[in-house]
Amino acid sequence: MVTPQEFPISRRGLIAGGAASVAAVTVAPPLAAEATAGNAAAPPPTARVAFEVNGTPHDLELDTRTTLLDALREHLRLTGTKKGCDHGQCGACTVIVDGRRINSCLSLAVQHDGDKITTIEGLGLPGTLHKMQQAFIVHDGYQCGYCTPGQICSAVAVLGEIAAGVPSHVTADLTDAPQVTARELRERMSGNICRCGAYSNIVDAIADVAGVKA
Amino acid sequence: MKSFTYERAATPAAATAAFAKTKGARFIAGGTNLLDLMKLEIETPAHLIDVSRLSLDTIEPTREGGLRIGAMVRNTDLAADARVRRDYGLVSRALVAGASGQLRNKATTAGNLLQRTRCPYFYDTNQPCNKRTPGSGCAAIGGFNRLHAVVGASDACIATHPSDMAVAMQALDATVETVDAAGKARAIPLANFYRAPLDTPHLETVLAPGELITAVTLPKPVGGTHIYHKVRDRASYAFALISVGAVVQKDGSGRVALGGVGYKPWRAAAADAEMPRGAKAVTAALLAGAKTSHENAYKLPLVERTLAAVLAQAKG
Repeated sequence: MVTPQEFPISRRGLIAGGAASVAAVTVAPPLAAEATAGNAAAPPPTARVAFEVNGTPHDLELDTRTTLLDALREHLRLTGTKKGCDHGQCGACTVIVDGRRINSCLSLAVQHDGDKITTIEGLGLPGTLHKMQQAFIVHDGYQCGYCTPGQICSAVAVLGEIAAGVPSHVTADLTDAPQVTARELRERMSGNICRCGAYSNIVDAIADVAGVKA
Repeated sequence: MKSFTYERAATPAAATAAFAKTKGARFIAGGTNLLDLMKLEIETPAHLIDVSRLSLDTIEPTREGGLRIGAMVRNTDLAADARVRRDYGLVSRALVAGASGQLRNKATTAGNLLQRTRCPYFYDTNQPCNKRTPGSGCAAIGGFNRLHAVVGASDACIATHPSDMAVAMQALDATVETVDAAGKARAIPLANFYRAPLDTPHLETVLAPGELITAVTLPKPVGGTHIYHKVRDRASYAFALISVGAVVQKDGSGRVALGGVGYKPWRAAAADAEMPRGAKAVTAALLAGAKTSHENAYKLPLVERTLAAVLAQAKG
């Protein structure tokens, strides 16, 4: 396991570390359990995967069970992408892979060999914000902010999908090019849940970037 | 999640061969359903064979004037294909009525057909479920079964098949093409693809272990007005309570398949024949012998009323 030395100790890290120390003292595994856990000695299967994240190539040897989300957060320390439900229901983990938005929690990292992945950090950073990030700030498209990286990655991809002519459930005529409307944006963003309920401002932010009135 | 080994297959033949020589193997493509179930240890493969990069990702015209959809074509790409939007609007409509944009970008055509039920008792490993653990019982029968099957169910299982796409493909007489480890190819009409639950609800399709779906073919376009009407608890991103997929011709004839009522998309030749006589007659033929509980009896009138709305919309 890589030690996150590049991170200064945060309040969150201090609390998590403290909790782990306490747990180690109070629930040390009994010796008998260690002796009988024969399979525990065998390391879990790993596989090698190389992909590019925000323009930087990475070559990783991962437990095959590692999701793309966990690879980004726990191995590459790109913690902008959030883990919400971890079952593809909330959209907090949305990243863009080869131009398409996906739920990174429902994808095995080892399946992404050769892929080009863009996370919220790759869209823009403080000082060089992506116009969608800027619009979310201007329109107050968030409250607690936890779903925001997923919302923004999804929003950027949604405008791409509309431009590419991908129909949605509310597209009136399948043979016409879909338009950027509030109705289309609401439908297309339905895979991103915001429990604070910033939806109307999120639609305003996306519409602003698309140059239309929501 | 249980640990597993992983390999990527280069060809369909290599994938089926790898399956034959590895115990506990499963194919994985988009993985949006399989990985979810693996996290819950409902699925516990010992070995994953990644078929997502197989060159089965194109949509080609067939000699008969239809379309051959590669097994790995993503749901988004299938819904957006110009030929599908023009000639098989029902497929596009059904696809975009399902899941979310993120999931449709990943989910494949074959994976969509093979997705497993969303019965909450199947997902809850503290509950008995004959589909998850054969012989353990069914918690949905006598439980909260508002979402469950009203036709084709058994005393062992009342789960529904969750796919929207499959409803459209059933209405359009799709065929599933497969290849097995011996290299033998076969074509299975979608109508014969899903197995009735009977007393073996864990066996869901007629596929043999290691048999790989290579494509789904659609016959030549049938014309008409294509309407997919899905009724759900929220306006978007929810599974169907019921859905109606219909193709209606100018003379009132047509075809109809239902989602959310059984273990497979529900269609009957006798019901199609009733189309000119309206929703009541069609529903009576489609749902003859329906068995309901106090929680899901609403599905019968809901089907009839939704179909009536679809037929009214088709008239314009």
